[in-house]
Amino acid sequence: MRSAKLDRRKVVRALLERRGALLVVAGLGSAAWDCTAAGDHPLTFPLWGAMGSACMMGLGLALAQPRRRVLVVTGDGEMLMGLGSLATVGVQRPANLAIVVLDNERYGETGMQKTHTGYGVDLGAVARACGFEARIVGRSAEIAAMRSGVYRGRGPLFYQVKVKPETLPLALPPRDGAHLRYRFREALLGKAAAQ
Amino acid sequence: MPAKTSRARAVAAVWPDAIHRVLKSQGVRQVSYVPDAGHKRLIELCHADKDMTVVPLTTEEEGIGLAAGAWLGGERAALLMQSSGVGNCVNALTLAANCAFPLLVLVTMRGEWGEFNPWQIPMGQAAPDVLRLMGVCTMCVERAEEAGATVAAAAKLAFEGYGAVAVLISQAMIGAKSFGDKP
Repeated sequence: MRSAKLDRRKVVRALLERRGALLVVAGLGSAAWDCTAAGDHPLTFPLWGAMGSACMMGLGLALAQPRRRVLVVTGDGEMLMGLGSLATVGVQRPANLAIVVLDNERYGETGMQKTHTGYGVDLGAVARACGFEARIVGRSAEIAAMRSGVYRGRGPLFYQVKVKPETLPLALPPRDGAHLRYRFREALLGKAAAQ
Repeated sequence: MPAKTSRARAVAAVWPDAIHRVLKSQGVRQVSYVPDAGHKRLIELCHADKDMTVVPLTTEEEGIGLAAGAWLGGERAALLMQSSGVGNCVNALTLAANCAFPLLVLVTMRGEWGEFNPWQIPMGQAAPDVLRLMGVCTMCVERAEEAGATVAAAAKLAFEGYGAVAVLISQAMIGAKSFGDKP
């Protein structure tokens, strides 16, 4: 199946505009730049390293905050490095967690080498086998339904969004990890963040 | 195993209970693990505890990300593993080092005290240095009666000192594994 390729910045902007109480973890590289291009936010935690950890950070956050919606936005390369975490999420089945993989079939930060999805590995099928409700998003008309799932659907949800393999202008979030941690907790927990 | 008094045997049997009590009193709500025989009882106690969400992992590094996410959301987490899992965590430990996420890891040691399996020895022997190289403080427990107090001290360092700390639980407390013995 060949689907059309979407503009990743447009997809992320559509997910993060009017974001309400949404909590976001952004996987390292382009996914974090996309989230920043949509507007840096204290309740977005962008990763600059620890590749493969985005999904598990989303799980820890979703379990700690069962009344808040949690969205992990990451790339196919980052998700592939943490493939086992899909099985781990599948055991917990958090109803408030959605994972959006911006799949350009490339390692975008390192020279556009093909990822496993580019060789035909079916990431959505892996997620489905692990217990996610998994969808492929390849057309603009499908973005609204994905947004509705992210904000209101019963998780764990997995969206594999087929995006163009393009190199876009950098939009860098703050990279001081301690600052990112503290601003997130302060925005979420208020005074309790200092404990 | 060396001969033990009946009191020592009783302490040896319940040190996981002491650790579980400490995790509970410290408000640890998420406990993740890749199992080890040495953690068998603690894992069972955590699974039976309604106040704890227990997260079995496919690989130990997942627990580093989970603990970071839990802390972002206002919860405390602990990660249980065997020493062979320490190496799996190395790059993920960037999270703790860079963001000052509290991290409490309880490591049951292999490759250390009377190890019969040569494949356990390289990682077991390197585990304390690997942890320290990545900025994780290490504390050792070699006697069952020290387990509760050491984990309590480690939890304080993690959650109040915003530190990354691993408690290394000696193989001597667990008993050297031998496939020749009945379990």
